[in-house]
Amino acid sequence: MTAGDWLPLLLIVPMLGAAGILAAGRVPNLREGVTVVTSLLLFWVVVQLAMSGAEPRWVLTEPLPGLQLALSPEPLGLLFALIASGLWIVTSVYAFGYMRAKHEAKQTRFYAFFALSIGAAMGVAMAANLFTLFVFYEALTLSTYPLVAHHGDDKARAGARTYLRILLGTSIGLLLPAIIWTHQLAGTGEFTPGGILAGHAGPTVAGVLLVLYVLGVGKAAVMPVHRWLPAAMVAPTPVSALLHAVAVVKAGVFVILKLVVYVFGMEFLAGVPLERALLWLAGFTVVAASTVALRQDNLKRLLAYSTIGQLSYVVMAALTLGTTAGLAAALHIAAHAVAKITLFFTAGSIYVASGKTQVSQLDGIGRRMPVTMTAFTVAALSMIGLPPTVGFISKWMILQGALEADQLFVVLVLVVSTALNAGYFMPIIHRAFFRPERAVAREHGEAPPPMVAALVVTAFLTLLGALAADILVSTLAPVMTAGSSG
Amino acid sequence: MILEHAQVLVVALPLLAVPVCALLPSRRWPGQFATLVAWAVLGFAVLLMAGVAEQGVLRYQLGGWAPPWGIEYRLDAMAALVQLLLALIAAVVFPYAARSLADEVDDGRVGGIFAALLLLLTGLLGIVATGDAFNVFVFLEISSLSGYALIAMGRRRRALVASFRYLIMGTVGATFFLIGLGLLYALTGTLNMDDLATRMPPLSASPTAQTALVFIVAGIGLKAAVFPLHQWLPDAYAEAPPAVAAFMAATATKVALYVLARFLFGVFGLEQLLEVPALQSALQGLAVAGMLAGSLLAMRAMDIGRILALSSVAQVGYILLGFALFSTAGLAAGLVHLFNHALMKAALFLALGAIVHRVGSGDLSRLEGVAHAMPWTMAAFMMGALSLIGVPLTAGFVGKWYLILAVVEQGQWWLVMAMLVASILSVVYLWRIVEVLYRRPAVLPARHEAPALLLLPTLLLAVANLVMGMHATPLVEWSMRASASLLGAGS
Repeated sequence: MTAGDWLPLLLIVPMLGAAGILAAGRVPNLREGVTVVTSLLLFWVVVQLAMSGAEPRWVLTEPLPGLQLALSPEPLGLLFALIASGLWIVTSVYAFGYMRAKHEAKQTRFYAFFALSIGAAMGVAMAANLFTLFVFYEALTLSTYPLVAHHGDDKARAGARTYLRILLGTSIGLLLPAIIWTHQLAGTGEFTPGGILAGHAGPTVAGVLLVLYVLGVGKAAVMPVHRWLPAAMVAPTPVSALLHAVAVVKAGVFVILKLVVYVFGMEFLAGVPLERALLWLAGFTVVAASTVALRQDNLKRLLAYSTIGQLSYVVMAALTLGTTAGLAAALHIAAHAVAKITLFFTAGSIYVASGKTQVSQLDGIGRRMPVTMTAFTVAALSMIGLPPTVGFISKWMILQGALEADQLFVVLVLVVSTALNAGYFMPIIHRAFFRPERAVAREHGEAPPPMVAALVVTAFLTLLGALAADILVSTLAPVMTAGSSG
Repeated sequence: MILEHAQVLVVALPLLAVPVCALLPSRRWPGQFATLVAWAVLGFAVLLMAGVAEQGVLRYQLGGWAPPWGIEYRLDAMAALVQLLLALIAAVVFPYAARSLADEVDDGRVGGIFAALLLLLTGLLGIVATGDAFNVFVFLEISSLSGYALIAMGRRRRALVASFRYLIMGTVGATFFLIGLGLLYALTGTLNMDDLATRMPPLSASPTAQTALVFIVAGIGLKAAVFPLHQWLPDAYAEAPPAVAAFMAATATKVALYVLARFLFGVFGLEQLLEVPALQSALQGLAVAGMLAGSLLAMRAMDIGRILALSSVAQVGYILLGFALFSTAGLAAGLVHLFNHALMKAALFLALGAIVHRVGSGDLSRLEGVAHAMPWTMAAFMMGALSLIGVPLTAGFVGKWYLILAVVEQGQWWLVMAMLVASILSVVYLWRIVEVLYRRPAVLPARHEAPALLLLPTLLLAVANLVMGMHATPLVEWSMRASASLLGAGS
């Protein structure tokens, strides 16, 4: 098989997987088996594609003259696809434990839509042009809606409605006009290293476009379009873990990074005055979200606000412009993915094992769930940016990129945010391990084995990532230099 | 021989079938007969489309009298497109109606109702086929009168009121149109539209010509349900039998919009229009007001038929906006959306009809969880809804894409924003329906899918929305051609 043959499989495998899940709906073990096999297959396909190093192009259809629905891999997209498909395997295993332990209803629908969401994420990752990106971006929103509304009660429905309203509203109202405008200016929407807008748009127009893009990609959750993320926390925890720590939110920041590199071009963007304003907005989001997180007692909401802050790290790094900062943004996507999914896994485990959802209830839980809380500690260290975790390296690189670009504002934001991150994660660790347990509601140990296994794996990834960061940086470096020099 | 006369036969055939249909006995025969006629019409329409593709404009002199004295039938690219649309929708909706109407109306009326449907089809086809302005009026009245009768056939007694309101409003509109035509005739002494177009330019600055323009735009605007002349439409479509509503929503307003484009660009001509003060901004303003008002009203309506009808008011706004840009790109975008909107609205109304057939109501409060009982119908409804919103890869996206490009070309950003706001509002009012239909507990406890004869046409149209979204190139190119030839001829 050539690299071009692998490309269609990125969409076909998840779709067939979803069909298989529906067909096997009556036999839970078989259904879960299909899920795991599908996720392994998909990951294997992505790895094959990444190993081949070729950049084929697959045109699905050309709905309008000159407007293609086409997929084509490039290093950034492959990175995102690897993260999403790789963590899907772990999440599947985790989900079996979670969904069974909670006796959730409608599990067949749950797994089927999960597979479809991953398929949509693959489409976002490999999109060869703006139109394709938009199609799969919307497909991702729509296919995750049933997962967010899974519980089907009024609260879930209200949360899911907010989710849909903000994501669809921003994408139709801001992203789509930006895409059409880009088409009108540049005559194309193809992602091209070095950008397509240079020479076609003045600094003011480009600035307005950038604002439309950054706010239109609501999945990146830059304030003020961040509210959908806490609202989406009504979903079952595996959904929060994979979609709202990895696939959906990372799709958002990944799209922004891709736009900066392939549509605007870093060099062109450096001459756009409004770009600074967006950098400040991202910086503000980092600090504001962390401050809000400081006051949350619900663990999942705390993690949601922490995610908002961390996403804006990536946006901020991308907008800092420059090779190092661009690489730092890409690395932070990976770093935050493994650490945040671990945190969500632990939150779900605590909930399943003990029924606890609030930070204030966690006194002494480290002694009952030592493995879980150790994983939590590792991931929290990565969030704060302390060695020996991958978060330390990505944060280091963001700092380095900021200093290279003389962005003292970014440095300042990082310092404040690190303090705030420590401010809301350290007390949880302290409670879990050093405070005595209060009145015992019920005896419990660790969560079911699949869940524990999953969170141990992601915690290890958080540590290993620190060693693998070098490979990632050397693979992606050519993209960023093309972006900043040409 | 037949091919040569196809241009007339496409109108004459359904007309001749009307009395036959009215006299047919039994519940089933009239519907089946009407279906056969519709398929034959589709055959003619396809032939004519091929003819236009080859020769450009087809002309036919009725009774051998040469224009401008005799009546001329004239088929250009735009007319052929709308004619094909009419034939397509009739060919799909009539078999559906054959099943649903036969179940809904009294025995004695079945023949009559299909006769009225055929008469409606005749009128609409005639408007498109003719090149004579007075002939347009005659066919417009034929279609309107049969439309009033069909709407009065609704299940509820309120249908009579709705029909009566439509009758009053429609007659006012027709009278306005006739006054406009009279003024044009007084001014030029001709009624052939080609002839009018050549005589108008030197006269267009006269107050008579401008008054005629206003009367014609207002009269046709009423038939097309252009805001604020739309009040008859929500009642009429909500109360009419669903099959009738599907056919009329997909065709009647579209043909009126066709007449509007024909008179604006084919009779008055672009350069003359630009000289009329405030005409363009007035049309654009009405279009935007319709887009927003229709969507806002749809958000508050409780009856699905009403919601869909109000959304038609909004969609008419989109099409009108395309026309009101007074550019080739704008007119082409309007035509694309005109065609595609017919597909999506027909699919939605047919799906609604299937639901009403099973549940007996189209009221949101009584339809909880219907989707679980009727998954296929619901899939078709979702497809139509996505297309209506304008999700990429559906038919609805294509028209909006070109419309936005045409607007951006002129740098009118406020129009882009208005279109996007209306799109977002459409998400809201359609999502309300989807949420209710999927809610539990369901009103229908078990699987209770619509009969195959209702389901197949519905699914066919739903798939058409997808196909037209993925392979829009032929339609787009045809519309561009129609638009270029009309605007080229007009100036």
